[in-house]
Amino acid sequence: MLSIKNLHAVVDGQEILRGLNLEVPAGEVHAIMGPNGAGKSTLSYVLAGKAGYEVTKGSVTLNGENILEMQPDERASAGVFLAFQYPMEIPGVPTLTFLRQALNSQLRTRGEDEMSTPDFMRLIREKSAELKIEQDMLKRAVNVGFSGGEKKRNEVLQMAVLQPKLCVLDETDSGLDIDALRIVSDGVNALRSPDRAFVIITHYQRLLDYIVPDKVHVLSKGRIVRTGDKDLALELEDKGYAEFEETAA
Amino acid sequence: MVAIKETVDQVKGLDVEEYKYGFVTDIESEKAPKGLNEDIIRFISEKKGEPDWMLESRLDAYRRWRTMTEPTWAKVDYHDIDFDDLYYFSAPKTKEGPESIDDVDPELLRTYEKLGIPLREQEILAGVKTSKIAVDAIFDSVSVVTTFKEELAKSGVIFCPISEALRDHPELVRKYLGSVVPVSDNFYATLNSAVFSDGSFVYIPEGVRCPMELSTYFRINEPNTGQFERTLIIAEKGSYVSYLEGCTAPMRDENQLHAAIVELIAHEDAEIKYSTVQNWYPGDKDGKGGIYNFVTKRGDCRGDNSKISWTQVETGSAVTWKYPSCILRGDNSQGEFYSIAISNGYQQVDSGTKMIHLGKNTTSRIISKGISAGKSSNTYRGKVSAHRKATGTRNFTQCDSLLIGDQCSAHTIPYMDAKNRSVTFEHEATTSKISEDQLFYCQQRGLNEEEAVALIVNGFCREVLQQLPMEFAVEAQKLVGISLEGSVG
Ligand SMILES: Nc1ncnc2c1ncn2[C@@H]1O[C@H](COP(=O)(O)OP(=O)(O)O)[C@@H](O)[C@H]1O
Ligand SMILES: [Mg+2]
Repeated sequence: MLSIKNLHAVVDGQEILRGLNLEVPAGEVHAIMGPNGAGKSTLSYVLAGKAGYEVTKGSVTLNGENILEMQPDERASAGVFLAFQYPMEIPGVPTLTFLRQALNSQLRTRGEDEMSTPDFMRLIREKSAELKIEQDMLKRAVNVGFSGGEKKRNEVLQMAVLQPKLCVLDETDSGLDIDALRIVSDGVNALRSPDRAFVIITHYQRLLDYIVPDKVHVLSKGRIVRTGDKDLALELEDKGYAEFEETAA
Repeated sequence: MVAIKETVDQVKGLDVEEYKYGFVTDIESEKAPKGLNEDIIRFISEKKGEPDWMLESRLDAYRRWRTMTEPTWAKVDYHDIDFDDLYYFSAPKTKEGPESIDDVDPELLRTYEKLGIPLREQEILAGVKTSKIAVDAIFDSVSVVTTFKEELAKSGVIFCPISEALRDHPELVRKYLGSVVPVSDNFYATLNSAVFSDGSFVYIPEGVRCPMELSTYFRINEPNTGQFERTLIIAEKGSYVSYLEGCTAPMRDENQLHAAIVELIAHEDAEIKYSTVQNWYPGDKDGKGGIYNFVTKRGDCRGDNSKISWTQVETGSAVTWKYPSCILRGDNSQGEFYSIAISNGYQQVDSGTKMIHLGKNTTSRIISKGISAGKSSNTYRGKVSAHRKATGTRNFTQCDSLLIGDQCSAHTIPYMDAKNRSVTFEHEATTSKISEDQLFYCQQRGLNEEEAVALIVNGFCREVLQQLPMEFAVEAQKLVGISLEGSVG
């Protein structure tokens, strides 16, 4: 599904990703952990194609397709979804309108028919109920005045509606209380499927109790420095990241 | 930042030639000779078969205008207009004034069809999806057809070209014309008072709620022709009307002058809602051509508890100079101004409103959303004043500016003047840029850059778009997107 080879990326003249390799097969959930400033968010932006994140070397393919050549919206339509660590506010645009336009834009780009209003409403009702999202929240402007938990649930709702192939979640657990964490995790788990891959970026092991990963990678100084199974997360919780900060130096 | 630079580059590649209404209708026209003098004015008045007092009033305006000079206080910069090099009257050639839609030149009907303006009543009636809207279609200097006149007449509503009103209801026109915008009001208004060609006349009798939306559609076709429309709307005691005007013009290299006057009179307990979607040709990507839009619009809340509400979506014209205002004369009267002004390319906008509080407990509300892109300049200029006797007056003003790229500019110039102490004036202003992060967020969800800009800008304008009649809100929303095409990407 996702294949990253020897990826180097520069931000503001500084090399942040320095030869990163990562393979995430379809149907698997991989966690990426690492100290602050390791380059986790940078990786997510590079995958999504944010301006200013320049790839200087290496390749990224999704189901064999080179996504680095694509515009951000084309990547989205090709199935790349990023749940943002800090979702943006869009004043005056109701969440429902935003979701509808996003979905229809993707369908159009893929040459498919737009979804009818009744079908769309049915889909939204079903998905928002799963995430315990009130209809009232869908009428409010995108992320404006949303609590931290609402913003994250909104990200997962968008993911559920857009049905991407590759889901990258950046610190989706940060700022969530235990109830919200459970709701969000249930939402993510419901989306697990044999033809979808997940990259879950987190700083804390806690999230991985709910979303159990197939593999755990440690990212430090722009590289994957260790890979293990879910027990690696527990070990990191115990020992912290000090070891990696040194070895990668 | 890299990202910001990229946006600037994209803005440089902008293309305002995407104007979709720029075609020319090939039709024979009858014109008055070029230039302006008393004979031309007599010609116009005679063509329209006007009463003598109207001709006298025009001549009086013309003589005053000769002594006046163009205002220079607005933040706009344009070539001198050679008023002797313009045509002041142009009408599509027809045998007589069209009696019904069947007499209208098919070429004209095709023009309005292309513009999406339905003129055939039976087609509108057959279409279940659109609600009924009566249209007065004005082509250069004359009205070509007005729809639903008979049906409106049943409820006593008069909706007709102003030249027809001068013939059929001269006493009404004489009573109200110039009573809100006096002949000597300003340079362009005085010019208009001398040479005005056509426009709509609306009269809503006491207690009548106008049974459908009224609208006028203005089209400038002839080159070197000024359009001097004149609109007069009177709402008698306890009546209500919602009126919309739309405007387009072909793409031409020369600038064209549009100097209109709109006067609204709301008597006791009456309400007038006036909406404009202005999409005159803005000029090409190098700033060549486009309409000079110099307009005087004013409403008089003459009676107690009356209400006048202006909503405008201004996306076109090379230069816009326009301040739809309210005189709040009646006690407890209300004035509103909701505005979206978009400038792109080399467009210049100086627009805003005046709320003149004269009556007690009068209230006004101003919501202005200015969006500048390209190399354009966008100024909000507003005045709120309260007379000595206007106690208990309240105003709320909110001016938000949104910048796209860094070669455009936005200015907010509010004047406030309270002559008594029991006045509450609130003013809020913000200036923001579309952030790269917002754009990226939208793109990450699948919107392309233009869709993302249109979505964010529509969100920014939402409060104003919501004021438009439903039928036009969707169109206006699309227009917002279209007029910003090429501002990024
Ligand atoms: N937009 C940016 N401009 C400059 N430096 C950046 C930018 N984004 C990230 N960085 C730098 O890149 C490094 C990696 O940051 P980030 O990817 O956010 O790490 P993480 O998400 O692992 O905490 C940090 O040293 C950070 O300061
Ligand atoms: Mg981060």
